This record gives sequence, C-alpha cells and structure tokens, in this order.
Amino acid sequence: MSLFLTQLMNGIGNGAVYASLALALVLIFRTTGILNFAQGEMALYSTYLFWYFTDRGLPVVVAILAAMALSFIGGALVERVVIRPVEHSSPLVLVIVTIGLFLALNSIVQVQFGSDIKTNLPRAYPKHTWRPGNVQISADTLVLVGMLAVVCVLLYLLFQRTKIGLAMRAVASSSESARLSGVPVGQMLMFGWGLAAALGALAGVLVIPQIGLQASSMQSILVFSFAAAALGGFDSPVGAVVGGLIVGVAEALTTQYVHALNGIVLIVPFGLILGVLMVRPQGLFGRRTVERV
Amino acid sequence: MVSRRQTQVIGLVMSIIVLVLLIWLPHHNGSTNTLRWAQVLYIGVAAMGLNLLTGYNGQVSIGHGAFFGVGAYTSALLMHNHGWSFLPTLLVAAPLCFLVGVLVGFPALRVKGLYLALVTLGLAVLFPDLTKKYVHATGGTNLVSLNRGELSPPAWVPTSVSAIGRDDQWAYYVCLGAAVVLVIAALLIVRSRFGRALIAVRDHESAAASVGINAARVKVMAFALSALYAGIAGSCSVLVTHLANAEKVQTFQLSIEFLVALVIGGTATVVGPLLGAWLVVTLQHWISDTLPQHVGSLGPLKRVLGDPAASPALFGIMLILFVFVLPDGVVGGFRRAWARFVRNRNQTPHHAPAPLAT
Repeated sequence: MSLFLTQLMNGIGNGAVYASLALALVLIFRTTGILNFAQGEMALYSTYLFWYFTDRGLPVVVAILAAMALSFIGGALVERVVIRPVEHSSPLVLVIVTIGLFLALNSIVQVQFGSDIKTNLPRAYPKHTWRPGNVQISADTLVLVGMLAVVCVLLYLLFQRTKIGLAMRAVASSSESARLSGVPVGQMLMFGWGLAAALGALAGVLVIPQIGLQASSMQSILVFSFAAAALGGFDSPVGAVVGGLIVGVAEALTTQYVHALNGIVLIVPFGLILGVLMVRPQGLFGRRTVERV
Repeated sequence: MVSRRQTQVIGLVMSIIVLVLLIWLPHHNGSTNTLRWAQVLYIGVAAMGLNLLTGYNGQVSIGHGAFFGVGAYTSALLMHNHGWSFLPTLLVAAPLCFLVGVLVGFPALRVKGLYLALVTLGLAVLFPDLTKKYVHATGGTNLVSLNRGELSPPAWVPTSVSAIGRDDQWAYYVCLGAAVVLVIAALLIVRSRFGRALIAVRDHESAAASVGINAARVKVMAFALSALYAGIAGSCSVLVTHLANAEKVQTFQLSIEFLVALVIGGTATVVGPLLGAWLVVTLQHWISDTLPQHVGSLGPLKRVLGDPAASPALFGIMLILFVFVLPDGVVGGFRRAWARFVRNRNQTPHHAPAPLAT
C-alpha cells in the first residue's frame, strides 16, 4: 500500500509538469487555434537561459524570474515574427512552421550552449524526502504540485478578474467580433504566446534539474503533455490539468505494476487518449462542435 | 486558351522525358549520387502515400515513419534471418503495412484533425520502443544490418552501368520502378470514383455521407493505402541504407520529412510529393555537406554555420521561409504563375479556377 501511495505521489509530481506544459499548449490553442509543436523546445531554450544566468552567478530565484521574463518576450516575438505571417494559412502550413521552429530551436541551443549535458543546475529548493508511514513524498513533488496550484490560481484571476483577461477571452471566442469592438487582437495574441512561453519556462526550470539539461530533455515531456492536452480537450484549461495528472499517475503506476509493458510505457498515455477520444472525440472537458451541412 | 487535352499531352511528354532522364541518371552519377537519388525516390513514394491520406482525404498524420519502419523491418528480417531475396519480401511487406494501416485507420474514424495528428505522433514515438522490445538483432539491439551477400540482386539482373556497383544500381532501379508504378497507381486512384470520394469526404464529411458515400470505409481505405505506400518506401530504403533501424529521433524525423516533402511540394497534387522529396533531400545534403565547405569566407559566421549541430536549425529556418513564400508548395506556386501566364495571353478577364487534382 505504501509503495502504491509513493508511486501515486511520484505520478502526481510528474503529472504537474505535464499539466503545466499542457496548459501552455491550451493557452496557445485557444487563442490562435495552433498546436504548438515547438512548446517543449521553447521551454528548453528558457531552461538553458536559466542555466546560463546561474552559471554567471545570479541567485536562483532571480535567474528563474529573468528566464521567465525573457521567455515572455521571446514567445511574443515568435508570435509576431513567425506565426503572424501564416496566421490564416491551412493548418498543415502551421504544423510545418511550428515543426520548423522545433528543429531550429533544438539545434540553436546546441550551437549556442554546447551539446554536452549540463549537470550543474542549481535547485531552487533543498532536496528532501518525507516519509509519513513508509510513503515517500519528495520535495520535488510538493514544489511541482504547489507551482501548478499557484499557476492555476493566477491564470484564473488573470482571465476572470482583469481587463486584459477579458480581452483575451474575447479573442479566443471570436477574434473577428473582438477586433470590431476595439480589442487589439494582435497584441492579445502576442500576450498569449508570451504567457505560454513563460509558463513553459517555469515548468522547465523546475523539472529539468531532476533529469539533466540537454537538447533532448523536453521531448518526452512534450509528448506526455500532448497526451494530457488531448485527453482533457485542447480548448479546456481544466482539462489540461486533469489530463496531466491522469497521464502522470497512469505512467507511474504502469511502470511499477505492469511489467509486460516495460520499455513501452508510452503505450499508456496514447492508449488512454485513444480510449477517451473514441467515446468523447472532443476530449474529457472539450466543447463539442456542431457541424452543419 | 490551352485546352485540357493540350495540357495532358504536355504532361505526358514531360513525364516521359523525366522518366528517360531518371533511367539514364546512374550512367552519369557516381555511387553516392545514385544512392541519394534512390533516397529521393523512396521518400517521394512515402510522401505520395501520405498525400493520399493528408492531401486528398484531409487526415493529418505525423506517424508515417512507423509504417515506413514496418516495411523496412519486414524486408530486412526476411532477408537477414530467412535468406529471402528482396522482391518477394515486398509481397509480404506491402499487405502487412496495408493491414496495419487498416488497424490504425479504425480509431481514426472517431478522432479528427489535431487529435488524429497526436495519435499518429504516438505511433511514431511508440514504434521504436516496440522494436526495441521485440526485435533482437545485432548485439541484442533493434538494429538489423544486412551484409553484401544478402543485398545482392538476383542473377537475372543485367549489369548495364559499369561505373557503379551492381548493388547500388539494383537499389536505384528498384526504387525507380516502385516510384513509377506507385505514381501511376496514385493517378488512377485519385481520378477514380474512390478518389473523388476521398476529396468529398475531406471537403465535407457530412455532406459526402448524405450523398451516399461510405465515409468510414473511405477513410480507413485512405489510411491503409497510405500505409502501404510508406511500407513499400521502407522496404526499398533497406536496399539503399543496408539496414533497418528505429531510433526515436529518426522515426519522428522521417515522419516529419514525409510531411515536409508533401507540403513544400504541393498537397493534393500527384507530382508534388516527389518534387518535395527532391527538395528535402537536396536541401539537407546542401546544408550538411556543401555549405560547410564554403563558409570559410564568411568570417565570424564560420563557427556557427560550420557546426554540424547547426544543420537542423538552418533546415528549420528554410522550411519556415519556404512556406512563407509558397504556402501552397512548388506545384501550387507554379500553377498560380501558369494561370497568370495563360490569362494574360488570352486576355480573359476572370480568373481560371485552379484544377483540384492533376
């Protein structure tokens, strides 16, 4: 039982990471209708920035904030420079553009920061494991879950209680009407991408010190986050969080208990998506679209 | 006005010229170049298959590297472990990939658009793990590498080009043969009743269903056919690369290459994917081999551009620039230019509707 609970906690910890990256994906999907394949690599670049700052002697918290701020600017720039020109193209062209971005960022970090693994990343908090009744709960899990909770509350407040949040929701529900009522749609899209990039940066900075920083660090995390977003429904932030936690827990429990799937654990998140989408094609929390002939 | 009949004749003459050039090509090229052209052909074949699914039927897949892998492993294992020669392995690989395509196609009935893209992405990342678990080849890894003897062509194959190896020549002509047969097949498919059903389902599924098209069957068939194309491409690749392998990055990259070849060549066109494959292979070769030899004169840029890690960055950036300039691919761009040319010459005031498929 304690083993089960330990694995459950680990799963929730990983799930929190998947959930925050999935939230970033959903933010972009809702405002621009784009599935951003480069989200993970954007977070990767942010984490390299974080490493660079701490390597130059900045305190950890300052480095995190600086990396997030730069990522915000970078994300907004990506929207303006790379995405805007093809905004109204076919979805296929958008897929190609974000994949191009993925390839470019992945190789730029290697050229700029070197392709060796960086192991000297400082942690933002001390390493510790609590053992209440044989259940192991690591500080990582608590910090990640705490981070996710704070992020959710902040996003909720931003979207429901501020003017800028209202404008963003207007853009998401109908950019044409929003533009007609005077919402600066372009700026809102840049803001959305910036926000998503900063969110990815936070997730990257907190999780990568546990697994080591190299060019491929974010890829499997991104795959799980995709699974999380698809599970919850691409247009639902709540879905992203729930989906992330489900995927994380399912992964941890499968690794522990189902030995037949050793080495092919990835079958779990994709099996889950497939199962859920067969019953609810719009995801667990997604909105259903009605089609007219 | 250039009539439809004239366009067809021009097309036929052009295809024959291109075909003759392609048959003659190994006489002109060395082994390396011949194999690169073979690579263009098999990537083109896979992209053509993806075109049937994505271009004509509107289902986006980022997982065709997996079908390609199924074909490659089937051929490689039959040749390596059971001593088959290459051609008979196609008779196993092609139906097998078709079946796998049907199996994957069924869930695709419910899952649409981006969700489908993600499920197929799952296929691409899962396939390498599956081979690692179930294929035990060289040193317990999932790498099946073939030796010269297993790859040599059957005795009846004549040696026509003395400058390059018999094996390489065989590889090239097999790829060319596969490409020619499959181009003709694709042409026949998209012009048939089934091809029109593919397009109707893409453009409006409910409307297509309401006029009596069995949308589910059409979509599953599209998946299966495209898997078959990708699988044959994979089988052919074994002759060129002398191995079957599935690394995570590689399978994903292949899937992307097919999609890229399709989009920059031109979706829903028959020759687009082949042109796109040529562009992708040439561009990558140019970035990783030719460019570094010439960056000496660029001074400070040398350190950046000479770094092998920089090639994907250049490729990615070029990709983005390319779709900025030609969002409908080379064939689409050519068609727009042609339409303008024809219109100017005939002084017709209205724009000619672009033909949907050629």
